[in-house]
Amino acid sequence: MRNLIKLAMTLSVLLLASQILLAGGDIKGRINFKGSGPKPRAIKMAADPVCKVAHSEPVYSQSVVVNENATLRYVMVSIESGLEGQTFPVPEEPVVLDQNGCMYDPHVWGAMAGQTVEIRNSDGTLHNVHSLSKVNRQFNMAMPKIVKKKNKVFDKPEDIFAIKCDVHPWMRCWVGIFSHPFYSVSDDQGDFTLKDVPAGTYTVRAWHESKRLLAQTQTITVKEGETITLDFTFEAPTRK
Amino acid sequence: MVTGWATLGLIFAGGLVTSTGSGLSVPDWPNTYGRFMFAFPLSDMVGGIFYEHSHRLIASLVGMLMVILAVWLWRTEERGWVRRLGWIALTAVIAQGLLGGITVLLLLPTPVSVLHAVLAQTFFLLVIALGYVTSREFTSEAQAAPVTPSAQDIRRWVTLTTGLIFLQLLLGAMMRHTGAGLAYFDFPLAGGRYWSAFSADLIEEINWRRWGLELPSVTRGQLLIHFTHRLGALGVALAVVTTMVKIWRDQERVRSLRPMAGAMLVLLLGQISLGALTVLSLKQVTITTAHVAAGAALLGLSFLTTLRVYHFYPRSRGPNLATVPVHV
Repeated sequence: MRNLIKLAMTLSVLLLASQILLAGGDIKGRINFKGSGPKPRAIKMAADPVCKVAHSEPVYSQSVVVNENATLRYVMVSIESGLEGQTFPVPEEPVVLDQNGCMYDPHVWGAMAGQTVEIRNSDGTLHNVHSLSKVNRQFNMAMPKIVKKKNKVFDKPEDIFAIKCDVHPWMRCWVGIFSHPFYSVSDDQGDFTLKDVPAGTYTVRAWHESKRLLAQTQTITVKEGETITLDFTFEAPTRK
Repeated sequence: MVTGWATLGLIFAGGLVTSTGSGLSVPDWPNTYGRFMFAFPLSDMVGGIFYEHSHRLIASLVGMLMVILAVWLWRTEERGWVRRLGWIALTAVIAQGLLGGITVLLLLPTPVSVLHAVLAQTFFLLVIALGYVTSREFTSEAQAAPVTPSAQDIRRWVTLTTGLIFLQLLLGAMMRHTGAGLAYFDFPLAGGRYWSAFSADLIEEINWRRWGLELPSVTRGQLLIHFTHRLGALGVALAVVTTMVKIWRDQERVRSLRPMAGAMLVLLLGQISLGALTVLSLKQVTITTAHVAAGAALLGLSFLTTLRVYHFYPRSRGPNLATVPVHV
């Protein structure tokens, strides 16, 4: 009996250790921002009364959002290289892109190639969902107000591209399609996390939608079970 | 006349579609959000749909007017070439409709969009031509008068003017569809100079300002397209003024051309002002679209003047061209 307990404990420890090993390490970091961003631009939604009444307060453009702690929001951080030859299971649960208050939620997002993207229309108005993808087939899909949900799948990995609504020209979001699950978007504190990255050396890229904020890369080595801190700093363009 | 004015209205509506970026707000064609076009509810014409769907409705009206005109010419017109011109115009408007549909279904590729814009102007000119060749002025018997030496000169200048305006509209369409309309923020200067520098420093300076306005960066190519459009405006202005002066000075000729030449000058000044305001207002939608429509109107007026000049000033060569009709 005692031997059985020992065996069970040993197996448990081994299982736990293997889980840690399989889980890999985390990459955590912050996107700092130097300088001042563009003056926040209030979006005029008068063109569609449904959009206008959906907001009691002004809604501002999400193109360049500098947080109060001088960090940058909506930066897509992802592993650019170092994962070649590895395959990762595609999550069964869909990524949700909602059209709510005539804004896209989330504004910047990622999905794995082959993963279902559930596009919702929570508004009582019409939208068109116009994908500007180049590797995956472009589409322009009607979403009348009675159509509340449609699924789409992007089959191939593709660098970040825009999806927009031409009915409401201020609506534009950005999506990256990855061959792996290691991507994250900086939040309202400028923070991001890439979880359970296998041990190895990687090039990590930080991308922002503004062409004036060029993408940055850093090379790091991840060790199993460790959390690595990786910060990026973007600077506002300066006048010469 | 009705078809001509409706076409000008259609060009304005089409300009609004581009100015507001609404070209793909209705993803399907010929239906609208799955409904038969004319059954689409007015209450759903919101945002970009208002511009795009209105454009389609006006286009349908113009198409129907053109069908009526072509059939009317076929039934009543004795001159075969005028009947053929009617069929050509009808073919052009059908092609234009199909091109509009292809633009939507192929998701607005720039060459197709530019072609759609150019064919719109071409159809407009065809309708003007039909209007003129069926007018009383063109068909009535006129008094004969001797040819003056200035006739060839005026013919050359008015042809050149119309050609230049057409090229200028083509450049304008390229500028709009390549996002080069705000490549410069100043006018009449372009990047602080009369002759733009196109330097990396200037592009950096312009893009710095565009960053503040959340506009995408521009390239040297976009600066070149925009600046060429401005040079084109200068060329058009010189050609219009020269033509106008020549028509005005031709004492022995047709006085009825003079008001048209004057109207062209007024329209030219308005068009240049609208072009300047388009830049200075950061492409305010109504101003930008008015600039497109005024460009079409200037082209139409110049083309009509050309037709009338060709009517009043026939070639001096040939045995039957020693005299010309005179309208005073």
